Amino acid sequence: MGVLAASGAEAATLPEDQAEALVHVYQGGGVTASGPALLVRKSMADKVSLSGSVYVDMVSNASIDVVTTASPFRETRTQVDVGMDYAVRDSIITLGLANSSEPDYKASTASLDVSQEVFGGMTTVSLGFTRGADKVLKHGDPLFADTAKHWQYRLGATQILTPRWLMSANVEAISDDGFLGSPYRVARVFGAAVPERNPRTRSSRAIKLRSITDVGSESTRAAVRAEYRYFWDNWDIRAHTAEAGYSRYVQAGWLAEGFTRFYTQRHALFYSDNATTETTYVSRNRQLSSFHSVALGLKLSREFTRVKGQYTVKAHVDYERVAYRFSDFTDLRTGSPYSYDANVLRLYLTAAF
Amino acid sequence: MNKLLCLIAVSVLLGGCASVEPWVKPYERERLADPIMQWSHSALADKHREHTLVVREGARGATGVQGGGCGCN
Repeated sequence: MGVLAASGAEAATLPEDQAEALVHVYQGGGVTASGPALLVRKSMADKVSLSGSVYVDMVSNASIDVVTTASPFRETRTQVDVGMDYAVRDSIITLGLANSSEPDYKASTASLDVSQEVFGGMTTVSLGFTRGADKVLKHGDPLFADTAKHWQYRLGATQILTPRWLMSANVEAISDDGFLGSPYRVARVFGAAVPERNPRTRSSRAIKLRSITDVGSESTRAAVRAEYRYFWDNWDIRAHTAEAGYSRYVQAGWLAEGFTRFYTQRHALFYSDNATTETTYVSRNRQLSSFHSVALGLKLSREFTRVKGQYTVKAHVDYERVAYRFSDFTDLRTGSPYSYDANVLRLYLTAAF
Repeated sequence: MNKLLCLIAVSVLLGGCASVEPWVKPYERERLADPIMQWSHSALADKHREHTLVVREGARGATGVQGGGCGCN
């Protein structure tokens, strides 16, 4: 949003001071994941903005994998993020650290992002890098321990095209090295369950284009957004994501948005519902299968307190229903291709000071 | 000849850089600054949505969000 903040001034603008509180629920496919999250952001001396957040995911898992091959379980994941934004002339430098902890999975990341305004604030160019290191453990097997490392490189540009139209383009390359599967999941070979075997390296690319246009009149503010992402990797997965939304102020202070998302992917080279040849790598992870999903959602927000120049508080509700349809993942209970619908709900408050 | 054409092309392109004037003036950006024109309304909401997707889909990355998530499973 740096592009918007530049009103002809030389210096880049730091993010506003903020506080956010959120409750989230995901329910679908036998999985219920819910929890709270909190975020606080505060600037100091107009040069530095510090942020911190805590995010909790309480997962009750009775997914089809678990039901057909293991026992349902519950676990809690806690993620802590800290960040620092530093304004130098018309650039913002952002440093971030994150730590995610589950009983059997620990992940740490460090990231550096730089965004720079050019062409009189018409364009914002951003560059970023993230380095991640994970530790993978297994319940009931104290001898199992492995690691994974991740490298992410990203580049983006946001462009003001007209007084009513913004576009952005993003590319990201991600490389992984280490244990990239699940120590619990099994594959099927000639109908028999065997531990999955995944490659220990992966390299992926993604490119995304976004557009948002003001389509409102003087009396009614409205906007249309659209985005498309193409993804490919060296596991031979190819994926398309398209999303579109329409938002408008329905009454003073009430902002509503309806949106839809379509996602489709082709399976990984070593994915098999039931392998009929012995191969070095084999997986029945449905995340790597051929499937598509269609989502419909609604967002509603209400600005309920505003003291001009001091603070703004908003309450938000986001609801999304997602239909997953798998092409080559059989529901072993019925013998039919697996499918399920999920509900995603977020209730949150945001305050800007 | 090719070199000359290249030189002309580069000169024109570089000249273009020097003369780029913001064609949307700062005072014309009022509509763009409205919350309705923002990609994101909440960092936490984005984080949750991104997490629900990335643990279920093969695709990842190019979300336009800084930092780039966690390596959680």
